[in-house]
Amino acid sequence: MWQALREELYPQGLEIVSVALDTLAEKALPFIEAANPAHPSLIDTAHRVDELFGFLNVPCAVWIDEQGVLVRPPETAWIRNTEDIKFGESVAKDVKVLYATINSRRYWDKYPAALRDWVANGAKSRYALTPEAVLARSQPRPVEEALGAAHFELGQHLYLQGLKDLAVEHFKQAHRLQPDNWTYRRQAWSMVNPQQGPTELYESDWLTDVRKIGAENYYAPLDMD
Amino acid sequence: MILETLKVAPDELLRRTGWEIKPQGACKAEICVPLPESVTTSGGLIDIEKLARRLAMPLVHEEAAGLWSLGPESGAKALTSATAPDFELPDWKGQPFRLSSLRGKKVLLVTWASW
Repeated sequence: MWQALREELYPQGLEIVSVALDTLAEKALPFIEAANPAHPSLIDTAHRVDELFGFLNVPCAVWIDEQGVLVRPPETAWIRNTEDIKFGESVAKDVKVLYATINSRRYWDKYPAALRDWVANGAKSRYALTPEAVLARSQPRPVEEALGAAHFELGQHLYLQGLKDLAVEHFKQAHRLQPDNWTYRRQAWSMVNPQQGPTELYESDWLTDVRKIGAENYYAPLDMD
Repeated sequence: MILETLKVAPDELLRRTGWEIKPQGACKAEICVPLPESVTTSGGLIDIEKLARRLAMPLVHEEAAGLWSLGPESGAKALTSATAPDFELPDWKGQPFRLSSLRGKKVLLVTWASW
């Protein structure tokens, strides 16, 4: 998906950089190898871009202009048409609601259209925000959120050192301190249970937490009208 | 930033946090925060505990592993400035890639995950 957009827009001056938020790089590699991307495809084991930009979920993206200035802060970047996905009866109602929300918001329609407009028109594009607007939309970072980031970085470092019991305690702290960060939670859950279902280690799991906030709120509405 | 010691070289601090130690203080993009002189040790290293207090960066200690983790600055927004924070990460072939190498092009930076 991103490769097709990249092929279309690269000649007009756009580069796409994809960042896999995967503490276990070997889990991301097969997907990248199969895609064999022409664009820079990075692996971020510590989820550093969460800390640097304020990403909270995937897929999310930022736009950066030729001078290195952000013109869109982190926001949902769904470009896959999900209307034709058929779910079996065993799939949870909440997952169906989540995808129905994606469908109704037509991210895949609006997002690439806005991107094409920015690539063609630069700062004159209605989708290119001023620095003030970018900062106004940036996530607040109280000390608790920053502390959560420090715990997550420590957790993934310890996990990769083989100190898994110690790592889990720091992942739990990260989850408590940054409750709106899905990449921190899903990363830790997936290391215990690839389906991110209930485990003995963590108090919650993906579906339980999606239900808590309501599946329709899992992705923020696209503010691109 | 993972630390084994609380005294680090300024270039290492810059590489991992984006904060550059200049005569006027700790600077990131257009923002500079004045620092007390005692932040820099006689050996030219940065005292992380003092810097962390000044920039409201949390410092977590894991005694069992002998490590500290320095979190990002807090109190305002995740983005300190609209200037995109620079970073270096490995690409899928293990080669280092720096975001600022794309200066002069428009860039879409997108996250995904295998999980």
